[in-house]
Amino acid sequence: MLKQIAIRLGRQKTTTKSLVMRSAGHRLTERRGPWAWAAGLAAYAFLYLPLTIVVAYSFNDSRLNAEWVGFTWHWYRLLFGDQDMLVAAGNSLFIALIASLAATVLGTMAGIAMQRYKVRVLTFMVLAPVAMPEILIGVSLLLFFIQVLNLTLGVLSVVLAHITFSIGFVAVIVQARLAAMDESLFEAARDLGASPWQTFRHVTFPLIRPAVIAGGLMAFTLSIDDFVITFFTAGVGVQTLPLRIYSMIKIAVTPEVNAVSTLLMMLTLTLTVLASRFAPDVLRGKT
Amino acid sequence: MTDMRAPPAPGTRLTKWLVSGPPLLFLLLLVAAPGVITMLASFRYPGEFGGLAPLVAADPQTLQGMTLETYQFFFSDFIYTEVFIKSLFMALATTLICLVMAYPLAMLIAHSPKKNRNLMVLLVVLPFTSNFLIGIYAWMIILGPQSALSQMLNGVLGAFGFAPVHLLFSPFAVLVALVYVHLPFMTLPLYTNLEKQEPALLDAAQDLGANAWQRFWRVTFPLSQPGIFAGSALVFIPVLGMFAIPELLGGTGDMLVGNLIKDQFLGTRDWPFGSTLSILLTVTVLLIVWLAAKLAERGGRYA
Repeated sequence: MLKQIAIRLGRQKTTTKSLVMRSAGHRLTERRGPWAWAAGLAAYAFLYLPLTIVVAYSFNDSRLNAEWVGFTWHWYRLLFGDQDMLVAAGNSLFIALIASLAATVLGTMAGIAMQRYKVRVLTFMVLAPVAMPEILIGVSLLLFFIQVLNLTLGVLSVVLAHITFSIGFVAVIVQARLAAMDESLFEAARDLGASPWQTFRHVTFPLIRPAVIAGGLMAFTLSIDDFVITFFTAGVGVQTLPLRIYSMIKIAVTPEVNAVSTLLMMLTLTLTVLASRFAPDVLRGKT
Repeated sequence: MTDMRAPPAPGTRLTKWLVSGPPLLFLLLLVAAPGVITMLASFRYPGEFGGLAPLVAADPQTLQGMTLETYQFFFSDFIYTEVFIKSLFMALATTLICLVMAYPLAMLIAHSPKKNRNLMVLLVVLPFTSNFLIGIYAWMIILGPQSALSQMLNGVLGAFGFAPVHLLFSPFAVLVALVYVHLPFMTLPLYTNLEKQEPALLDAAQDLGANAWQRFWRVTFPLSQPGIFAGSALVFIPVLGMFAIPELLGGTGDMLVGNLIKDQFLGTRDWPFGSTLSILLTVTVLLIVWLAAKLAERGGRYA
């Protein structure tokens, strides 16, 4: 298409050199045919329709999630008066904060070790929890906490579990950042007589800081959102927001779930956008 | 290739273990050890009140409490194998549908102007970072008997004299939600692959007389095999372990392996059998990964 335009423009002698050059590089713009647009947009619609419905019905003045009656804040008011829900939200935030801090430290170390020292066992164990079905991590941790550590399931077991599955995400992001950097930077620091700690403090860390922040935000989001592993490691001791949502939708579909879902969605969306600002390649590195 | 760099400075070995030690130790304790414990638990008898007898016992006699009974039990009744096979089919169907939906989406993003791409990728990632339970819940609304979709569908069916259908609590609902939750997993690796493809190859194909379909089928598609394999693994494997989607959206017969495992651990509390199912699922996953790696190797000539 562009090619034809360029030719036509060329005939009219109004063509610019840049247009011809560009058209030479991208002659096959018809690759983006109308069918591709339609199918792609349909996929976007499929992804966003459910979320839109949840948000819309959270403001709907009706007990049933069926037809639009009128606007209301009722479900949000209900939510903020729901003691169990507030406790669950508090737990979720506390767990996510502790777990993401620990996972950021351990994950950054793992990322550096994977890139610089190529510790094979570490790479394997960092990626195993990311690659395996979550339920397997959940039940094996359940067995381990109860049978070996003799731990009462609760906040501690959930925090440990969340650190376990978050380390891999932080490590992968940090490693990717390190891999994209020139090794000679660190060699130069060493040549100038910097100790390993000084090299890390003044060269490595400032360079990987965006990746560390992005990894930490990712770990926080993953922790706030995790259902499966939390489900197995929380016991009856502790409720988190996803566990509470699960039990609510298991019993009945109520608009209060719409409201809590909307708030949770806003939180994770904000965190994801923030993470993507710090390290744009996070989005693609995430598995 | 020879290493041109200077020999490591003294203290490097110490630094290496100072850096890799803590995460390694943590993961040995919370990934490797629980894995081994699950394997051991699968060879044990269930405890009197559910669970199992303590694994770490001072008495070496407890080693005699090991058994293959749970494995025999699994293969003695076909219903368990059947759940495994059904889960594999469900995962395969999900993967294929995701592939068909993700391909045009990934192409649309990859062929968009560079400045729009990051935003378009972000728009794919956002629904996937929001909790998957919210997605399940939304599909409960959309497919529920009072929803506009159900009413409309049953209105049309009724006009032609067919009996009304229930969309919710069916394998259809399970499949829709599985695809919904995993679509981004397929889209992202595909996009990464398609973005890297050299557009000049398509020009060359065109110069050689290939039409649009031939260019897609004989250039773009074969070149995208690594992306397809990566995306398929990212969809297929997690679907195998799902339990929340079938539980909340499926009927009683739509159980997957995940539900079976969950019931053994939190329902009937037969932990040895639950562990056996976990081990068998692990073996299945490893087999599939191995198979995919083999296939990818064969397709590797395109990479």
